[in-house]
Amino acid sequence: MLSKTAHLSPSKQLAMNYFRVAIVLFGAQLLFGLLAGLQFLFPDFLYNVLDFSVNRMLHINALVVWMLYAMLGSVYLMLPDETGIDHPVAIGLGKLAFWVLTAAVTVVVLVYLFIQIGPGKESTIWFINEGREYLEAPRWADFGIVVVVLIFYANVFFTYMKGKKTGIMTVMVADLLALAGLYLAGMFYTDNISVDQYWWWWVIHLWVEATWEVFVGTLAAYGLIKVLNAKREIVEMWLWIEVLMLFGSGILGLGHHYFWIGTPEYWWEIGALFSALEPVPLVAMFVHVLYDWGKEQGHVQAEGKRTAIKNGPAIAWISINAFGNFLGAGIWGFFHTLPQVNIYTHGTQFTASHGHLAFFGAYATILIGMMYLGIQESYGIERMKATFKSKMAIVLITFGVVGMTVALTIAGYEQVLVERAELGAGWQAYFTAQNLPWYIQAQVWREIMGVVTFVGFVYLLWDLLTIGKKEAAAE
Amino acid sequence: MAKNNASVWTSIRFWRRSAAWVTGVAVVLLIFLTFDTMSQIRMGTDKELEQGIKRRIPAPTVINHHIDYKYDEKRGMEVPVIGKKEPFFGKEWSPKEARALLHLGKLTVQAKNCMDCHTLLGNGAYYAPDLTKAWLDPMWEKTMPAMTGKKTKEEAMAEFLMHPGQYRTHARAMPNLKITPKEAMGVVAFLKHMSSIDTNGFPRGFSKVIKEGKTGGTYAK
Repeated sequence: MLSKTAHLSPSKQLAMNYFRVAIVLFGAQLLFGLLAGLQFLFPDFLYNVLDFSVNRMLHINALVVWMLYAMLGSVYLMLPDETGIDHPVAIGLGKLAFWVLTAAVTVVVLVYLFIQIGPGKESTIWFINEGREYLEAPRWADFGIVVVVLIFYANVFFTYMKGKKTGIMTVMVADLLALAGLYLAGMFYTDNISVDQYWWWWVIHLWVEATWEVFVGTLAAYGLIKVLNAKREIVEMWLWIEVLMLFGSGILGLGHHYFWIGTPEYWWEIGALFSALEPVPLVAMFVHVLYDWGKEQGHVQAEGKRTAIKNGPAIAWISINAFGNFLGAGIWGFFHTLPQVNIYTHGTQFTASHGHLAFFGAYATILIGMMYLGIQESYGIERMKATFKSKMAIVLITFGVVGMTVALTIAGYEQVLVERAELGAGWQAYFTAQNLPWYIQAQVWREIMGVVTFVGFVYLLWDLLTIGKKEAAAE
Repeated sequence: MAKNNASVWTSIRFWRRSAAWVTGVAVVLLIFLTFDTMSQIRMGTDKELEQGIKRRIPAPTVINHHIDYKYDEKRGMEVPVIGKKEPFFGKEWSPKEARALLHLGKLTVQAKNCMDCHTLLGNGAYYAPDLTKAWLDPMWEKTMPAMTGKKTKEEAMAEFLMHPGQYRTHARAMPNLKITPKEAMGVVAFLKHMSSIDTNGFPRGFSKVIKEGKTGGTYAK
């Protein structure tokens, strides 16, 4: 992953740069998650030094930013293949944007770590911390992100216009416009907390439950063609069906965040209906991946070859994505999406359990798969098999995240029943539930499974750094 | 596949058009609903509050009123009840002063990153109690005023916010966030205002058991 990119097209070289930063930030996400998880068990650990709020902010911001990096990387990776153009129209600017973004992210992280908070003034919002979950990045960085994304988007759009216009790239170009535009909804300040959260959800929900999901659909389509030689017509038809179902359910599914924030009651019905439909496309995506795999495998076996798979680790991660997306985003989301349930589960560890499995299943998995595709090309490997380290990474990370999810689900159940249903929320109710042995036991298991995930990450990093050389030599 | 389709179900054109239409209709509906919701959740005016006109989000001067959270038979949930006037930090706040105080409070809540430990309207992190109805929490009635040596709820809250490490109620304590006395008043105003928002009954049965003292069994008083 570190070298051997010289012969790649400029677009793919830039993709590898994005992947390199992404994997570092992924590590940071896990480290700060471990620190925050430890504070549930030892509340005095780093108290008043690196408080839970700081660790948690770094945990979720590193998550979002590494995913965005890996997403930009994935687009630059597929751009030459889909458009037939190796030099995106403004590749120089694209490279500059990468370094500007990376410098900005570094400054933001240092400010989060060492300044942490500011006085209750506009200047804090502009220069230190915006204090809105997931969108903590100060306003100056927001504008920086907008500029960088505009450069990126212009590059992709004009390259698309100049080259071939495949179905995959058409969906990608349209989806990226929506994705980038939605970020603007989070860039203003208001004293009205309900209006604040209304627009905040436009960014968060319409990213992770609409535009990011469609993005994943395009990556899966591209990945299946690359890894299995899947037939483009079938893949692209499925992609349009997925877009139909994802946007058809996900856009108005936004209503399930508008049950309790001061918004009118009609959101109960709208949010419940459309968000309940959100798992449907995820089933379709799951079926699609396994169907194509089986079909292509059947074709090559008929020709007397052993396997259709050209990239072992990538197909493994894409398959985990297909199942993890359905399980984490679909099932775990559906668990608590109806208002009749959500009035008790809203704002409990139940949400955290869903968040962990969904972000992993829907996004982390396929983005890791894209990194393996990038490495395969960097080293010009015809058929890249999974190594022992690839397999250890897959097993440990998946087992670790599922373990954390189960632990947090149990903590969530306990919290919902004791704190909410039995005691009716409030300060004392909250701590009564937090101090129960079953809750603490669940938090212990969450931390253990977090360590398992981290060990898996070490294997992943090690594999990404070595697999290219090893497999190239083997061929 | 593109040409001479045996069936519309295998036509890419059909699915592409359907995807565009469904997305378009969903977006139009969302925009329409957003306009309606925005008109319903704009902050009420001081005049509406004076005249007793109910708004989902009342004017900042609601901090001059007593606020309660009562079960409404018809809606089947608890709703905020805005009552008679009561002093807030020992005085009645003019519309201009109340607005400025709420502004300072909201800014402070963001500047101190409250949302990465607490939840506001149920959104945020899960390391500390939900603050949606914190103003109405029974802990502020007697326990915390006694602990901080303050006479009123708002003074106890402000004192706690400035020196949280001194008033630990559990092993998990709030860190020192260098909140100034003025900022603390702002945050308390923000919390009082938030407790007056109509949240469709969230949280349900707020502190009911503790309030009524009928925990039963092992915890019976």
